[in-house]
Amino acid sequence: MTRSITGTAVRETVPDSIIEMADEIELVDITAQDLRERLEEGNVYQGDRAAIASENFFQEPILNALRELALRYTAERVDRQLSSLRHGQTKSGVWQSGERLMVAVDTSPFSTQLVRWARRSASAQDAPWIAVHVMSASPLTPESQAQLDQNLALARELGGEVVLAQSENVPMALVQVAIEHNASQIIIGKPRGNRWRYLISGGDIIDRLLSLAGNINVNVIPPSEEHNKTKPWLVFEPPPASSFHEYSVALAMVAAISFAGLLILDKYYLTIGLFYLLGIVILSLKIGRWPVLFAGFLSAVTWEFLFIPPKFSFRINNTEDWALFVSLLIVAVVVGQLTARIRTQAQDEHNRERRATALFKLTSILSETENLDDALTKAQKQIDETFKAHSAIVFISSTDSKPEIHPASSAKLDNREQTVANWAHSHRRPAGRFTDTLPGSKGFFLPIMRHDVSFGALGVFVPENEILTLQQRDLLDSFTTQIAMVIERFHLRAASERERLLAESERLYRTLHECVSHELRTPLAVITGTIESLANAKDETSRQELSQEIREATQRLNRLVGNLLDQTRLESGALKPKLDWCDPRDLVNAAIKGSEDVLKHHPYEVHLPDDLPPILADFTLTEQAIGNLIVNSALHTPAGTHIYVTAGIDRDGTRAFFTIADDGPGFPQEMKDRLFKKFARGDAAKAGGLGLGLSIVRGFILAQGGDIAIGENPNGGAITTLFLPFQTPDKTVRHESL
Amino acid sequence: MSHSEKKRLLIVDDERQIRKLLRVILETAGYAVWEAETAEMGLSETIHVQPDGIILDLGLPDFDGCEFIQKIREWSNTPILVLSVRNSESDKVKALDLGAEDYLNKPFGSAELLARLRNILRRHTQNTENPVVSFGNVEVNRVARVVHKDGKEIHLTTKEYALLCLLLKNLGKVVTHRQILREIWGEGSEDFTHYLRVHMTHLRQKIEDVPNTPRHLLTDSGVGYRLVE
Repeated sequence: MTRSITGTAVRETVPDSIIEMADEIELVDITAQDLRERLEEGNVYQGDRAAIASENFFQEPILNALRELALRYTAERVDRQLSSLRHGQTKSGVWQSGERLMVAVDTSPFSTQLVRWARRSASAQDAPWIAVHVMSASPLTPESQAQLDQNLALARELGGEVVLAQSENVPMALVQVAIEHNASQIIIGKPRGNRWRYLISGGDIIDRLLSLAGNINVNVIPPSEEHNKTKPWLVFEPPPASSFHEYSVALAMVAAISFAGLLILDKYYLTIGLFYLLGIVILSLKIGRWPVLFAGFLSAVTWEFLFIPPKFSFRINNTEDWALFVSLLIVAVVVGQLTARIRTQAQDEHNRERRATALFKLTSILSETENLDDALTKAQKQIDETFKAHSAIVFISSTDSKPEIHPASSAKLDNREQTVANWAHSHRRPAGRFTDTLPGSKGFFLPIMRHDVSFGALGVFVPENEILTLQQRDLLDSFTTQIAMVIERFHLRAASERERLLAESERLYRTLHECVSHELRTPLAVITGTIESLANAKDETSRQELSQEIREATQRLNRLVGNLLDQTRLESGALKPKLDWCDPRDLVNAAIKGSEDVLKHHPYEVHLPDDLPPILADFTLTEQAIGNLIVNSALHTPAGTHIYVTAGIDRDGTRAFFTIADDGPGFPQEMKDRLFKKFARGDAAKAGGLGLGLSIVRGFILAQGGDIAIGENPNGGAITTLFLPFQTPDKTVRHESL
Repeated sequence: MSHSEKKRLLIVDDERQIRKLLRVILETAGYAVWEAETAEMGLSETIHVQPDGIILDLGLPDFDGCEFIQKIREWSNTPILVLSVRNSESDKVKALDLGAEDYLNKPFGSAELLARLRNILRRHTQNTENPVVSFGNVEVNRVARVVHKDGKEIHLTTKEYALLCLLLKNLGKVVTHRQILREIWGEGSEDFTHYLRVHMTHLRQKIEDVPNTPRHLLTDSGVGYRLVE
C-alpha cells in the first residue's frame, strides 16, 4: 500500500503480524514540514542519502499520505479496542458469527493485496481466515514461483492458515476447500483481460465459481490500477523448451498427409480433409497444445491451397467448402485443447503417482532399517534421487543448540547455512531459499519436527537455476515428517533401552554389591579370626593348621581381586594382546602351577603331544584363561573329580586348541545360556566366586581372535575348549635355525 | 653378628606395611636392612649405605622404578630384585632389560623371596665360576664343552649349548627373551622368539626327564626362562 503511494519499495519494515500482536501502539506523529526539516539537518539520513531521500521518498505530498495512513490505522485500532471494551470481551474471544474467510491466492503480485484485504476484513469481523492456492500440473516459471512463495509467506505472516490444493479445475477446488474448511466467504481477485481463453477452458473462473459456490459468498476484488497494468491484455506464454521438436513433428505429419493426398487421392478432397483431421487427432496424442494448433492451421491452409478447388490458390468458391474449411479449423483447435487437457490431467495423475511412490519407497525404507544412522543415510539418498538435489540433515541438540550434520549428508553446510537450519529448527518453520526467511541462502530448510518437537532441520540444495515447485516442497514436507517419525521412533526405542539398561545395571549393582561384600568379607573374616587364634595357639600342629587356613583365605582373596581387575581391564577396552610365539606346553604348565592351591583334592591329568609347535598367542592372557578354567573345574566339582587338560593343533591345521574337561556334574542346566555373562554363578555354586571366571576367559580369548566352546562329556562332566588361530611359522625360519 | 659381616639390603617401597614385612622376614634371615620411601631417598641411601642388594617396588610415588634402575646402573652393579604385580609383564621385562637381576610377583611368599635374594646375591659373590656345574642329574663341563645326563653324554647343537650356558650363568635367575636372543643370535634378532621356542623345546627334550613338564628349564610367563637346580 505504501508502495502505491510512494512508488518505491520500503525495506525498513516491521512485519504486519508484529503490529497485530503489539499490546500497545504509540504513534510518533510529526508534520511533514517538520520531518523534512529534520531530514535537511541530517537527523535521519546522512550526506547524499538525505538529499536523495528528500527528493524521492520524502516529498511533502507523499509524507502527508503516509501520515494519514498511519493515523488511520492507529485510529482503527483504538476504535476496535474501545468496542471490545464496550462489549466486555477481549479480542481473543471466539468468533460468533460462524464467519470464516478464504482468500484465493495465485502467482500474481495482486494477490498480496488480496491477502492484506482478507486479513483486514477478517480482523474487522473477528473471524479466522485461510489462504488457498490451487496448483496445476504445469510447472511455474521461477518468477511466478517466487511471487507465489511471497504471497503465501505473507498470508502465513499475517496469521492466515495456508492450504494447498491440487487440481486443474480451479473453481471446483476452491469450493471444495471452502466446504472442507467451513469457509463462509471466498475472496478472489478479478481476472485480467484475455477472456477468449475462457471460451476454451470452459468459461470465466468467476462465473464458474459463482455457479458452484452455492451459499458461500464470493467476494470479487478488482485489481488496482497498478496491477492491472503490469500484464498485457494478451499473455503470450513462451512455448516450452521441447516444442521445437514437436513443431517439426506437426509439420512432418501435415507434409506427409499432403504428399500422400497429392499422390493418391487427388480427386477426393473431402476425404483428404478427413485425413487431415485424423492427423490432428493423432498429433494431439503426442504433442502439446500449441503445436497441435499449429498443425491445425497448417492443415487448414494446406488443404485449402492444395486440394479445395480451385487448386493452388487461396480462393474458395462455394459456401460448402468454406464451411468445411472453417470446421476443420475449429475441430483442430478444440481437439488440440481437449487432448491437451486430458494429457495434462494424465501427467498430473502420473506426477501424483510418482510422488506417492517416492513417499511409499521412503516409508518402507525407513521402516525396514534397524538403526537410525542407516535410516537417515538411506533417506538422504532417496531425497537426493527424488529431487535431483543435494541434501543435509542437521541435528540440533536441545541443550546447547549446537548443530551436528549427519555424516551421510551430500551437501556441505557453511556457517550461514547452519544458521538458516537453526532458524528453521527453532521457529518450526521452513527457512532459506524459496521462503521469506533468509531467502538469500542456497538451501531450503525444513524443520524435522513431530508433535511440536523439532529434532533439527533438513536442508535441500537444488542448482541455482532450478527451483523446487510447490508440489515438490509439499512432498519434501511429507518426507520430513517421515524422517521425524523415524527419529522419534528410535528415540523412544533408545529411551526404553536406557530404561532397561538402568534396571539391568541396578540389578547388577545389587548382585555385585552382595557378591563382592560376601566374597571379600568371607576370607577376611577367616584371616582375622585365625590370626587371633594363632596368637593363642599352644602347639605347633594347630599353628600349622591355622597358618594353612590363612594361606588359603589369602589365595582366595588374591584370585578374587585378580578377577575383578581382569574384568575391569576387559571392560575398559585397554586390553591389547601382545602376540608372541609361545610353547603351548609352557602355557598349560604355567596355568596348572598358578592353580595348584585349588587342585589339592582334584587329581589331574595333562596330555600334551610331543610335537606341539609354538603358537602365536599372548602368553599371560592365555595362561590366565586356561588357569581360570582349571580353577572353575576344581571349584565347581566335588572333591576327587578328575580334571583333564589337553592341547593340540586341530586336523586342518588352522587352530590350536586347549581342552579342560572333568568328570563332574557338568554345567548346571539353568546356567547354560548365561555362562559367559558377568556375575553369572551357578545357583549351587558352593565355592563362591563372583561368576567372573568364564566371562574373563571369553574376553581374553576373543581379544586374541580365538573362540571358546562349551560342551558336555558323553559320560557326564563339563568340557571347555579354547581355540586360538594357528599358523605355521615361516618355513625358512625353521631351517635356518636348526 | 655385627653389621659388617651381615649382607646389607636396601628396601625401596612406599608402602609402610610391605617395608615392615620385608624387614621382619629379612632380619630373621640374617640380613641388615635399610629402608627408603621414595626413589629419591633410595638413590641417596644407595650412595650412603652401599648395599649388597636392593629390593625395589616398581610403583613409586616420585618417579618410575625403571628410571631408578637406569640411574643406579649408571654407576653401580648392585643387584636389584624388583617387586611387581601380576599382569605387568611388560614392566617387568623392561626392568629386567634395564639391568634388574630378577623379579618377584606380589603377593609373594617369604621362602620364595629369600631364594631369589640368595640367587642374585650369590652371583655377585661367586665371580669365579666353577667350570663344572651340575643340576639335578645333569652335569655341564664348560671347559670340555660336554653335557652329561645320568652319566651319559648328550649331544647338543651349538645354539642349544649356548642357551644352556647362558641360563647356567644366571642359575636360578630369570633371563628375558630379549637378553637370550641378543646374547645368542646377536643384536637385531630380538624379535625372533620363534627360534627360541623351538630350541628350548629341543633342549628340554634332551635334558628334562619329562620334557612336557620341565623341572629345570622353567618358563616365566611372558618374561623369559630360568634354570633351577
